Amino acid sequence: MEKKWFTMSVYSENNVGLLNRISGIFLKRHINIESLNVSKSEIDNVSKFTIVIYTTDKWVQNIVGQIEKQIEVIKAFYHTDDETIYQESALFKIASDLLFDERQIQNIIKESNSQIVTVARDFFVLAKSGKRNEIDEMYEKFKPFGIMQFVRSGRISVSKEEMKISALLKDFQH
Amino acid sequence: METLKEKQTESTTKKTITISGAEAIIHCLLAEGVDLLYGYPGGAIMPVYDELYKFQDKLTHILTRHEQGATHAAQGYARVSGKVGVAMATSGPGATNLVTGLADAQIDSTPMVCITGQVPRHLLGSDAFQETDIIGISTPVTKWNYQITTAAEIPEIMAKAFYIARSGRPGPVLVDITKNAQFEEFEFSYEKCTGVRSYNPTPKPSPNAIAAAAELINSAKKPFIVWGQGVILGKAEEELKALVEKAGIPAAWTILGASALDTDHPLNVGMVGMHGNYGPNLLTNECDVLIAIGMRFDDRVTGRLESYATQAKVIHFEIDPAEIHKNVYADVAILGDAKESLNLLLPKINKNTHESWHNIFKEKYQIEFDTVIKNDIHPTKAGLTMGEVIEEINIASGHKAVIVTDVGQHQMIGCRYAKFKQSKSNITSGGLGTMGFALPAAIGAKMGAMDREVVAIIGDGGYQMTIQELGVIFQHKVPVKIVVLNNDHLGMVRQWQELFFEKRYASTVMVNPDFVKIAEGYHIEAKRVSERKDLKETIQKMIASKDAYFLEVKVEQEDNVFPMIPSGASVSEVRLQ
Repeated sequence: MEKKWFTMSVYSENNVGLLNRISGIFLKRHINIESLNVSKSEIDNVSKFTIVIYTTDKWVQNIVGQIEKQIEVIKAFYHTDDETIYQESALFKIASDLLFDERQIQNIIKESNSQIVTVARDFFVLAKSGKRNEIDEMYEKFKPFGIMQFVRSGRISVSKEEMKISALLKDFQH
Repeated sequence: METLKEKQTESTTKKTITISGAEAIIHCLLAEGVDLLYGYPGGAIMPVYDELYKFQDKLTHILTRHEQGATHAAQGYARVSGKVGVAMATSGPGATNLVTGLADAQIDSTPMVCITGQVPRHLLGSDAFQETDIIGISTPVTKWNYQITTAAEIPEIMAKAFYIARSGRPGPVLVDITKNAQFEEFEFSYEKCTGVRSYNPTPKPSPNAIAAAAELINSAKKPFIVWGQGVILGKAEEELKALVEKAGIPAAWTILGASALDTDHPLNVGMVGMHGNYGPNLLTNECDVLIAIGMRFDDRVTGRLESYATQAKVIHFEIDPAEIHKNVYADVAILGDAKESLNLLLPKINKNTHESWHNIFKEKYQIEFDTVIKNDIHPTKAGLTMGEVIEEINIASGHKAVIVTDVGQHQMIGCRYAKFKQSKSNITSGGLGTMGFALPAAIGAKMGAMDREVVAIIGDGGYQMTIQELGVIFQHKVPVKIVVLNNDHLGMVRQWQELFFEKRYASTVMVNPDFVKIAEGYHIEAKRVSERKDLKETIQKMIASKDAYFLEVKVEQEDNVFPMIPSGASVSEVRLQ
């Protein structure tokens, strides 16, 4: 079966140990988590895991079933890339002298649609949000000048279709 | 006890009492209807044991000889009684020794609550004496687990633990309690848990799915039922029988489904799976509608999935949504409790008989009888067979015994030939295949059904994995009957070595001790049978005994279990020899 990129959205209680329980489900099936983000969600006191994996339809269904089975998981969804709006964020720490000495640097900043977060005596920090390939492109452009530090976040994503989560929570309460 | 009474009187007005966390745990257990638990004390759980001492008139604690024994005993108790089994251990090694039992209960859906002591909260993460991360360790093998670090959490978490263990698809829950939480005093009140907002244990069956299932069943020419433990856990034995009889459908069982329908029921066609019966395995690939009820299409049942029932429409009755389409695609999936679903289905089912189809099962049985069964239970060769021992136990117990098996050849023979008239009578380690399960599980089974005969059937290998639990049988005078089928080998592994590894018997020969003397050392009446002429009489004597009894039967060393579906082969490739 063909492998694809899937974004899983897991709504859960905010409890110690749940991340371990969820990551164990991937471990047991020898499936690598490509990216993981945990944050609050649109519902008070409900956490949202956004997990990206590269696998087959069959495995993503299996994993979503196993995740949803965990007591503290309210609901888990999975979507393909074209069913979601998604982004990642990255920070680039770059030597300050380059900002003033290399004209091209300023062009890269403009073209890449990134923001300067801070400028210090020795370095400045750029923030870039977008698709993985856009961040990678920017990375490649800066690379010849030297990147002091680089970090990229996990994917965050919202689905195009409604995830009927609030209604589910109401059902559970009865 | 006086102080407790005072406290309780007080509690009727205030509805709370001030007690220690350790005492609170006892009250929680009592509130959940627990009157028996298995365990082993140690430093981090001592405050709770101190309370057990005070409450011994209400709550019996059985000291097993190893914490693993406590879990299997709790499992055996749970499996025969339908109640939640409880096991308790200290931190560190006490807790890690529970892991095998937790994994076994997880894969076999057995309701169990394990309570472990933990180092005081201020020492967590300091590598303190007997500190281990049992929450981390037990996560993959528990339905839920939780670490309590303050006494105030105890009532809510204990209530939740029992609710989660027994509801929906049951399973094991571990509650780890730091020692400071056991000592702390707090205002105790208890409320049973009736729901957890993120957990929907019993989905409601969809009327559309029920209608679609009924239509498929009513129009089927060669329908076939395979049921599993979900029928027993869902108390749906009567509904299963009603469906089988009304629609006239041949029905077979998975190893954990055994005893849900009388073995002698005319439409009970036997066991499916690797060492199941010939007909049910072969005809899985000839039926037109496969009705799976409360089973999960384990690989030992299906053989090679790509050639499993591909010709059939599959109807899957299942309580756990994660099992739907997991291994076998279900054309119709009915999510829900087996009893509720079958009750909705039954009125929509037309009366029918499928005589010519059922006759094919009978023909296949005859072939299996002539080539395998006859020689197993009525052997003509000199050496004793495992099958004839089971048959004598059937006769002596009148098909009424609870049969507890360990893992290996004797387990397959036991499950193939034991006859049952009552549900919850076949206790075995199905999914995990835990050698050492049977002896402690039989102790739990007997304590969970004191009015029933409990016979443990164990191989010489598995017996020695938990043999120390003879101490419990001796100390607490548990009248279980223990039958060791001794072939001086790890028989099942030896069989595979014979068939698939060119008879290279790597580490499967066992040089065994004198099992009779060992049992006698525990003051248990013990006999050894090596010849056929002594078998019947000794088994009758064993069953008639009011006390525990140990019987070693020296069986043929190199017998094999057939039929067999070799690992990775299709159910159609089931071999008779």
